[in-house]
Amino acid sequence: MTPRPIAPAAMLWNMDRRSMSSAPPKHSAAAMFLAGFRAAWFSIMAYVLIGTYVGIAVLAHDFGFGLWWVVASTVLVWAGPGQVILISALGAGATPVETALAVGVSSARLLPMVVSLLPLIRSKETTHRDLVLPAHLTAISMWVEALRLLPAVPRESRLSFSNGLGIGFMMAAHLGTFIGFFLTASLTPLLTAGLLFLTPLSFLVSTVRNCRVLADWLALAFGLVLGPLLAARHVGLDLLWTGIVGGSLAYGIQRLRDAFKREAFK
Amino acid sequence: MSAELHAYVLLVLVGFLPNEVWRMLGLVFAHGIDESSELFAWARAVATAVLAGVIAKILVFPPGALANVSLLVRLVAIACGLGAFLLLRRSVFAAVAVGEVVLTLGVLVRDWLCG
Repeated sequence: MTPRPIAPAAMLWNMDRRSMSSAPPKHSAAAMFLAGFRAAWFSIMAYVLIGTYVGIAVLAHDFGFGLWWVVASTVLVWAGPGQVILISALGAGATPVETALAVGVSSARLLPMVVSLLPLIRSKETTHRDLVLPAHLTAISMWVEALRLLPAVPRESRLSFSNGLGIGFMMAAHLGTFIGFFLTASLTPLLTAGLLFLTPLSFLVSTVRNCRVLADWLALAFGLVLGPLLAARHVGLDLLWTGIVGGSLAYGIQRLRDAFKREAFK
Repeated sequence: MSAELHAYVLLVLVGFLPNEVWRMLGLVFAHGIDESSELFAWARAVATAVLAGVIAKILVFPPGALANVSLLVRLVAIACGLGAFLLLRRSVFAAVAVGEVVLTLGVLVRDWLCG
């Protein structure tokens, strides 16, 4: 290790709050990590996550899982629906192979989410390795809010900001887990129903807020219709098909309209 | 192997790995795709459609205690939440509050009507 010049006090103060980035300490990186962390707590998603993980903690407790196992599952899996499946399947005595398949199928949405988020985060200086953490932190909550907030963040600061945002959301989930283990049996069915309703309600409103172009609106509409339709018909991998068919149609219609417009202006 | 260690090994093998593989594939595919490319626009549309599918599936086939709330109450509550978002200066906090209140009132009124 080469000794570094002694940093000013303000910088040292920021350093112990920094993300696990290997880049040399830059004041702005730490500040932007904190800005992302703060943005997480100003977002409705932090409170939705607390509510959701209260529900997950109660479920896990009922199936006999310990608090620290649930905390570890949040750090490692970091996908609410996947964790619900993991806990219910293992708790109900499903085989490891069945459980792994069910979790894997439910998490396929993470692939298009990562592909449509990382190009926004990347700058000229980011290395492939820098993107592993934001890819791991990608979940519905982080994806929705990063798409909304990143355009206003300078490109070179987006990596730190995204990591702060994701870690902030993960802390909210842990807080919910602790509260859930503390409350356990004292939740009424109506309260539990309200907690479970937070997910579709907040996700739908946040997605509407992020709709900019025609393709966004169409993808939302097609997904809302196709999702339950394919699930009701017991089509295998229903969500994957919902995404590919609904998303491609929305994208195709947008392209057709753009081409038509260009033609009209010639 | 102790029961506790076994639970953590299971977590990594059947929880972490099948989930993380999608993120790491995304990391590989995202390499070289820039923000203005058509592939990026398509991936965003696919991700939005999947998310909409997840939302609608939870609403129509809800998990746990939410299944005891009738479909009509669920749909009216989410429509009120969305309406509140569009009417009340696009506030997500207001939308979530209105949606939750309507859901709770809906359940109480329905229980009261049906005895």
